Amino acid sequence: MRRLFTLTAVALSVAMTASCSLFGSDAGDGKVVLVTHDSFEYDQAVFDKFKADTGITVEVRKSGDAGALTNQLVLTKASPLGDVAFGVDNTFASRALDEGVFVEYRSPEADKGPQRYAIDDTARLTAIDFGDVCVNVDPAALAAANVPVPASLEDLADPKYKDLLVVEDPATSSPGLAFLLATVSQYGQKDFQNYWARLKANGVKVVSGWEEAYTQEFSGSSGKGKRPLVVSYASSPSAELDDKGKPRTAALLDTCFKQVEYAGVLNGAKNTEGARKVLDLLLSVDFQSKVPEKMYVYPTREGVELPAAWAATPPAANASTLPAPDITANRERWIEQWRAAVRG
Amino acid sequence: MARGRSRLRLPDGTGPAVLGLVPLGFLAVFFLWPVAAIIQRGLGSDGLVRVLGSPDTWSVVLFTVGQAAASTVVAVIAAMPVAFLLARCALPGIAVVRAAILVPFVLPTVVVGLAFRSLMPDGGVLSIVLANAFFNVAVVARTVAGLWSHLDRRAENAARALGASPLRAFTSVTLPALRPAIGSAAAIVFLFCATSFGVVLLLGGARYRTLETEIYLRTVDLLDLSGAAALSLIQITAVVAVLVLAALARRRRETAMALRARTETTRRPRGGEWWVAATAYAVVAALMVPIVALVVRSVSTSDGWGLDGYRALSGTGFRGSLQISGLDAAVNSLRAATDATLLALLLGVSASVVLVSLGRSRAHPGFVDTLDTALMLPLGVSAVTVGFGYLITLDALPGDLRTSAALVPLAQAIVVTPLVIRMILPVLRSVDPRLRQAAGSLGASPWRVWREVDIPLAGRSLIAAAAFGFVVALGEFGATSFLARPDSATLPIVIGRLISRPGELNNQMAYAACTMLMVVTVAVVLLVERLRVRSVGEF
Repeated sequence: MRRLFTLTAVALSVAMTASCSLFGSDAGDGKVVLVTHDSFEYDQAVFDKFKADTGITVEVRKSGDAGALTNQLVLTKASPLGDVAFGVDNTFASRALDEGVFVEYRSPEADKGPQRYAIDDTARLTAIDFGDVCVNVDPAALAAANVPVPASLEDLADPKYKDLLVVEDPATSSPGLAFLLATVSQYGQKDFQNYWARLKANGVKVVSGWEEAYTQEFSGSSGKGKRPLVVSYASSPSAELDDKGKPRTAALLDTCFKQVEYAGVLNGAKNTEGARKVLDLLLSVDFQSKVPEKMYVYPTREGVELPAAWAATPPAANASTLPAPDITANRERWIEQWRAAVRG
Repeated sequence: MARGRSRLRLPDGTGPAVLGLVPLGFLAVFFLWPVAAIIQRGLGSDGLVRVLGSPDTWSVVLFTVGQAAASTVVAVIAAMPVAFLLARCALPGIAVVRAAILVPFVLPTVVVGLAFRSLMPDGGVLSIVLANAFFNVAVVARTVAGLWSHLDRRAENAARALGASPLRAFTSVTLPALRPAIGSAAAIVFLFCATSFGVVLLLGGARYRTLETEIYLRTVDLLDLSGAAALSLIQITAVVAVLVLAALARRRRETAMALRARTETTRRPRGGEWWVAATAYAVVAALMVPIVALVVRSVSTSDGWGLDGYRALSGTGFRGSLQISGLDAAVNSLRAATDATLLALLLGVSASVVLVSLGRSRAHPGFVDTLDTALMLPLGVSAVTVGFGYLITLDALPGDLRTSAALVPLAQAIVVTPLVIRMILPVLRSVDPRLRQAAGSLGASPWRVWREVDIPLAGRSLIAAAAFGFVVALGEFGATSFLARPDSATLPIVIGRLISRPGELNNQMAYAACTMLMVVTVAVVLLVERLRVRSVGEF
């Protein structure tokens, strides 16, 4: 009898959970679907207030990393996955633009700072945030080894820093690719391979992803690895705080590459009007002020106050950049050249 | 005898044929169509020739097959003592061992990869093989134990009484009887290892590349659809070849056997059997090494030990890194996995019934094998191929499922169904036809025969398949990360999110969430396996 009861109870609860998750409620007319990558995080309160003001419910749909997102948008351009997309970055942007994924929309908010990062003058993509990929350093570990903190990419090839640097593979990691682009930008297409050959001779360690490089190999993170130099983000030190709330690590601001993330209204959106309003929302002070804490990136809007812990970790003033079309055209070839130099 | 057969034949052929339309239709819509569409889109240009002609491609193929074969061998060898322990030994704590070996399956590959990386810093190929085997020991152990626990001990005992050594009795009596289950499990493990993605990417970097990682990088980073399509075709051809070989090896071996209740077949180990049991415990202990390493990380803080990560589970991470709390994610996980398991059981059982009925109804064996092979295909096709295929096909269906949360259990069921089939089919095929004929001649309708004879005999395997399917769905990462909404994120997604953020608390919370996932897994498996269906002993 008891067994029968258990069985019935299990069957009932199973049926209920199944029906709950299979048949979720659907929003009404005032709905905008925001397609984004899986690192997108936001403050629900901001979206709730937006709904109270405009009557628009924003439905967030994540689809893989920035590369996966861009390619999905390209594949589905005839029948888009939503109304507005966020998260195409400057390493993938020109592919999306060439394929006509986005339509023009010049938000009135775009003149308040975001325009500085515009990719071209067609206003199909608007810059929402940027994050600099830089070499991070654990000063305490370097001091213990009696080595000064390096400053530039050139320093990293100095025998003083032999076996101290860990980087991500550009073929499998987005910060790894950004760092490769930083070296292409600083040394030029002719010499960057030579630079990497020198890094190799200097004992650079290559791992496949940021998680392994930062949380396992880097001495300044919780993993307490062996290497005091790692490719990460300018904002990472803001999360590595000591007892007094001061960052224990630092970013080398002359080794950075600027990664900008864009949003745009999708070509063929069902709710173009709503999509434009959501783009305005992404540029609003409310949303932009939450961007650092939620996504570890800097807002593109000017005059937005950064959280206290970020005061010590400013963005790099002169981070390297490359024109978006060059990146799209050469990405595969540069990775091959990198592979030849480092794996050789 | 002949009369009994002819009476059963007509219903066996027609009823199940209708039933068979359900899994086949599902497979056609949610697998074949999307995969065909994405490959077709890539085939237009010269990609196929370019990729096939490149020596690089063939070294990737060679490495894929080589590492998968090595991983399969390691997994089978390690799993056999464990299967013996689960199937033949009456020792305290067996239920916990049975549940615990499933834990690797739910752990996100990034976490396991990191654990192997810290245990074997310069592991290379060896670490890839061991990590793949780590994930798959449970597949072999549980599939084989499922059949082994129903095997009649008397044949073995007879061999021993006639003077065979224990080893001889095992190799000449038990092993041949187990071969269908071993073959099934090995085929599945081979497919899992050949398409293993996260582990290879993390432990192999760009140095060791497999078809799966190449297809992913070409599709997701380079949008080189023609290159990806060419590689997908190679992958599918290889998978079909493996499946056909497995089907040929299986054919005629899945014969009738006198299946017994598990209670009749277990006892305390005797003499040399203790060595086998000890080996099994050693394998289980080895499986626990990376797991213990994760638990240790969850309580390590910058100044000693602490439970901060566990306390953080009720919140949303360091400065709100997440949209939902760790506990919400656990609830989401349970829900999605339940949906997927129910769906997969429905599809898997109906497909198995069809395959068995067709086999008995003297349908052409080639046809049955082809069907069987087709149903296994989802295990061997890259998830990203299927995922991108969905994007360009499913908008044609009413309700645009492409970004619907309902697609998560559907996609998971595609992966779980073949596993259910492989676990149930060997047992159903082993049911003695005389039992069914007896039931038939006593006046039972064909459906009643299934209900009263086959299903109870396969009962344990059914429960085991449900538990296993649940665990696979619980740990599913690829499809879920593509489809889950922020508020419906599952635990593996949350762990992946946390571990990709800087900050000590995020890291501790990620490992604490892993521990929670393991605890939930073991609890659910223990609970499911307590639900005993009426067993053979009650006949």
